[in-house]
Amino acid sequence: MQIPAPFDYARAASVDEAVALLARYGEDARLIAGGHSLLPMMKLRLARPEWLIDINALDELDFIRRDGNRLRIGALTRHRTLLDSDEVRALFPIITDAERVVADPVVRNRGTIGGSLCQADPAEDLSTVCTVLGAEAVIHGANGDRVIGMEDFHRGPYETAVEFDEMLTEVRLPIRERSSSAYEKVERRVGDWAVAAAGAGVTLAEDGTIADIAIGLTAVGVETRVADAEAVLRGRHPSDELIAQAGQAAARAAEPLADQRGSEEYKRHLADALTQRVVRRSIARIQTTGA
Amino acid sequence: MTMHVTMTVNGSEVERDIEPRVLLVHFLREDLGLTGTHWGCDTSNCGTCVVQLDGEPVKSCTVLAAMADGHTVKTVEGLEQGGQLDPIQQGFMEEHGLQCGFCTPGMMLTARALLDRSPNPSEGEIREAISGQICRCTGYATIVRAVQWAAEHEGADAAGGGPTNGQLETEGAHA
Repeated sequence: MQIPAPFDYARAASVDEAVALLARYGEDARLIAGGHSLLPMMKLRLARPEWLIDINALDELDFIRRDGNRLRIGALTRHRTLLDSDEVRALFPIITDAERVVADPVVRNRGTIGGSLCQADPAEDLSTVCTVLGAEAVIHGANGDRVIGMEDFHRGPYETAVEFDEMLTEVRLPIRERSSSAYEKVERRVGDWAVAAAGAGVTLAEDGTIADIAIGLTAVGVETRVADAEAVLRGRHPSDELIAQAGQAAARAAEPLADQRGSEEYKRHLADALTQRVVRRSIARIQTTGA
Repeated sequence: MTMHVTMTVNGSEVERDIEPRVLLVHFLREDLGLTGTHWGCDTSNCGTCVVQLDGEPVKSCTVLAAMADGHTVKTVEGLEQGGQLDPIQQGFMEEHGLQCGFCTPGMMLTARALLDRSPNPSEGEIREAISGQICRCTGYATIVRAVQWAAEHEGADAAGGGPTNGQLETEGAHA
């Protein structure tokens, strides 16, 4: 029987209370929302917090809200809510693509976007998605909010810019004209971690050239956007040949580790093929919706 | 540290003093004696521990009992009402949706939640809904048929002509 080591438990009734509890209990305290990353780690004693601060009652962090040229998503928004949101699908289909393959439907009822981003597992999908979309993270601490880009938020495997006495409260996504996005993952079975995945966000200029592009990879050792692959396409008319070159650039940028999910060669192949697919799908989506 | 939790389980309010680290699956099985909820992989992969928390299926091996404090839980024991099986349970009988029965409680709670929000799900929707739960006996085909059977018979149930314990012998009329 796997049971976490003993800990003390507190339930926060507000964001400020959660942050105050984090400050009071120090580095041995952890927030718990969905718990589907933290509790398994606690069972295995890979995590052993002295205090758990339950933030599930913070309904104020469960929202999807259009605010001018950005979409604001509360950190406690469940995967299920994101997957079911028509607004999210219309603006950022990459999120819908990714949420469809985050864990499984039952886990998605509990897991949250904030939890996924803060866990920062290398095979986690939403970090790539938010990086590709140019998201900003709102981090709340005793001194109020600070807002940082994903490049600064995501520091590496299991590591983010959120300090022990702070919490992620919101993700802000810029809404762009003539833009769309896509995500595709290869997994061995439902609920398994990715063998590899890729995400893209594309903005077309009036003349059909690629005005801007972002490409990200999951589970193949790349934490940032794949600049070399983006450079192949930026400012150019997309063609099969250029998209193929971008795929090859993504494969070169990948630094996958061979494991039971596949060899390095296979994962590089996936980085190539999936990059091509998500770029094509993003472009096709712009052309379909006329967005 | 011991904490006091109060929650509604299958329509009845229960209270206990527990350690915060007690998982909901063990609270249900050991503190409340509701052993219909099965405990399997411990890693939120297999889904045999699925119960409903506020009407949504959750993997109770990955939810603290403390997190259910103040909330509503439904287990397989809560499906049957007044001696009348839930159509989901009847469907699993009619369509042989189980062999060993280990995954069955979790499958039925997920199926119940699916039909509550989508009364006529497609086969694809049913397969998607149970995709986080593992059955090693049936190959899922009979589980899907069991859920379809329930969907087809829910209306009859609501009209008062539904299945009862006295009618459990399969008649094959629905095949």
